[in-house]
Amino acid sequence: MTEATTAAAKPIPVTVLTGYLGAGKTTLLNRILTEAHGKKYAVIVNEFGEIGIDNDLIVESDEEIYEMNNGCVCCTVRGDLIRVVEGLMRRPGRFDAIIVETTGLADPVPVAQTFFMDDDVRAKTELDAVVALVDAKHLPLRLKDSREAEDQIAFADVILLNKTDLVTPEELAKIEATVRAINPSARIHRTERSNIDLTKVLDQGAFNLERALENEPHFLDQDHHDHEHACGPDCGHDHHDHDHHHHDHDHHHHDHAPSPIHDVTVQSVSLRGGEMNPDRFFPWIQKITQTEGPNILRLKGIIAFKDDAERYVVQGVHMIIEGDHQRAWKDGEKHESRLVFIGRELDREKLERTFKACEAVPAEAAAH
Amino acid sequence: MPTVAPLDLQGHVAGVAFLGDIPFFAESSGLIHSLDHGHKTVEAHEGLLSCIRDEATDTLLTGGEDGKVLRIQADGATSELANVPRKWISQVAAGPQGAVAYAYGKTAHVRLADGTVKDFTEERTVEGIAFAPKGLRIALARYNGVSLHWVAIAGQPVDLEWKGAHTGVTFSPDGRFVVTSMQENALHGWKLDTKPGAETRHMRMTGYPAKIKSVSWSAKGKWLASSGAPAAIVWPFQAKDGPMGKAPLELGTRANIMVTQVCCHPVEEIAAIGYADGMIMVVRFTDSKEVLLRRPGKGAITAMAWHKNGRQLAFGSEAGDCGVVDIAG
Repeated sequence: MTEATTAAAKPIPVTVLTGYLGAGKTTLLNRILTEAHGKKYAVIVNEFGEIGIDNDLIVESDEEIYEMNNGCVCCTVRGDLIRVVEGLMRRPGRFDAIIVETTGLADPVPVAQTFFMDDDVRAKTELDAVVALVDAKHLPLRLKDSREAEDQIAFADVILLNKTDLVTPEELAKIEATVRAINPSARIHRTERSNIDLTKVLDQGAFNLERALENEPHFLDQDHHDHEHACGPDCGHDHHDHDHHHHDHDHHHHDHAPSPIHDVTVQSVSLRGGEMNPDRFFPWIQKITQTEGPNILRLKGIIAFKDDAERYVVQGVHMIIEGDHQRAWKDGEKHESRLVFIGRELDREKLERTFKACEAVPAEAAAH
Repeated sequence: MPTVAPLDLQGHVAGVAFLGDIPFFAESSGLIHSLDHGHKTVEAHEGLLSCIRDEATDTLLTGGEDGKVLRIQADGATSELANVPRKWISQVAAGPQGAVAYAYGKTAHVRLADGTVKDFTEERTVEGIAFAPKGLRIALARYNGVSLHWVAIAGQPVDLEWKGAHTGVTFSPDGRFVVTSMQENALHGWKLDTKPGAETRHMRMTGYPAKIKSVSWSAKGKWLASSGAPAAIVWPFQAKDGPMGKAPLELGTRANIMVTQVCCHPVEEIAAIGYADGMIMVVRFTDSKEVLLRRPGKGAITAMAWHKNGRQLAFGSEAGDCGVVDIAG
């Protein structure tokens, strides 16, 4: 088999690194480039800056945001990435994966949308995960003065709560609660000097419908009410250790509302329901993403359809939405539908009500 | 019957050209191969991004991931025209009298034959460069349009605006039109020979299912052939207003195999059409008659060039299977 057909068969995974200036992106990047993991990475950076590593696969690229000409203001892509990725993919044998480092102020959305909206990029690569680094010490300030810091957290699949050594345990708990309030579905890891097992950052498959949510057994877990605690699907606490959770419980409750430092405009709406009627669900999700697209940063969900032996997963970025069957429901697994929206100006009541209306319960009959 | 002389290379071929009678094949790796009484190789770049032929001097111009712009003679002799460490030079263009243009970031540089360099900076990244056929004038494709600059004389640039990202640009051989390829699946054209003060004449060429990676003007600029569909889409430019209000020809239509490269014959109104599966056909505009030049190969056709005698066609693919087709057999 030729190189070209091999490349076509297996898309190259792309990890996007976001985070404010000083949050630790360069340190993490240097770890990725130097640790002995046996993989080669092509890295696209905005500036070489402090990357003190001689690697001919580090490509400098000027951030260039293009609005697509389809009349939709949220349909933006990174023109420079299209060009660089196309160039890199002409010689795919050189690397195993691509990492895109964004500037501190970067909006992560155009970066991610590039991997869905450009046919050539989409054909050869696959967005693996958006990883946000958060400076635990300076997050409160950042959230006060920058919408980008909040967007980066809201949009992430994996969040490294970094520089934990610079804050007290109480401060850290508050910061984590804030992060969790902005993004209830991301995995949060606490780190010092960006020190983390790279298997928790790379090769996550967060945008892969087959893998999405598979590694997140606590995705929108019913045991927790996400508005009143800090733990999400994989928060770095050991969820399997129930005692630990129990002892630790007070920090979940004493900060009932997101912390006072919380200058947050992003909200999340988590929906739960029973089995859905596909004839109602699909038009509904289409309509929601069409009309509310600009306000939706991310959406993720597992849907149980009536008379369907398989779980259906959906995910979206603004107006882009994808869905597919993921796997068969396991024996004894509860057939329920869960969906989380992360965005701004979301109408919780309306989303809850209209989502419920998609349930396959014979509502028509019940109405009589 | 056409005959094919094959040349099997390792990787993606970014450009092919004839210098005199010698076919050249530029690999993305940076190796440039030629068939000149045997297979010869020049190590030009550490990563090659573009390779074109400079008609004025019958040499190759290349740009690379190593930030270099090189001129390569038919005998393989190489001279460095620019060296910008750590910048990717993905755009080079050849102008009259040995002038060369290249771009990285928001600035295009024009290097004249005497070595002087002039810079032209845009507000957004320069994505495409073309020299006008007459006069020392360049077009720079960018976000939301094209800018036309005179190279040798001072003067305000002419900005041709059209919303969206323009990723490539070409002048018609008679200089009457400038056409861009866009991030959207469309070409956009402007008529340049309107009366001063007259309204800008736009040409929207849309309806493609894919992005347009390859365009080629036919002899004397009567037609503009393009990729981006499962057929070559060929727009008529004979009339005063170009293709406005006219339908294009659709040549070499295949069920669901995309055209990836088009290359018009230097004399006749025919075009070589390369496909995503490596097939190449030649098709006549007047009656759509098709002749198969090459059966499907290992990968999509990424480059084609005619010998100026119009009898031989060099081609390359993304998988490295190249060759020269002799249409006279």
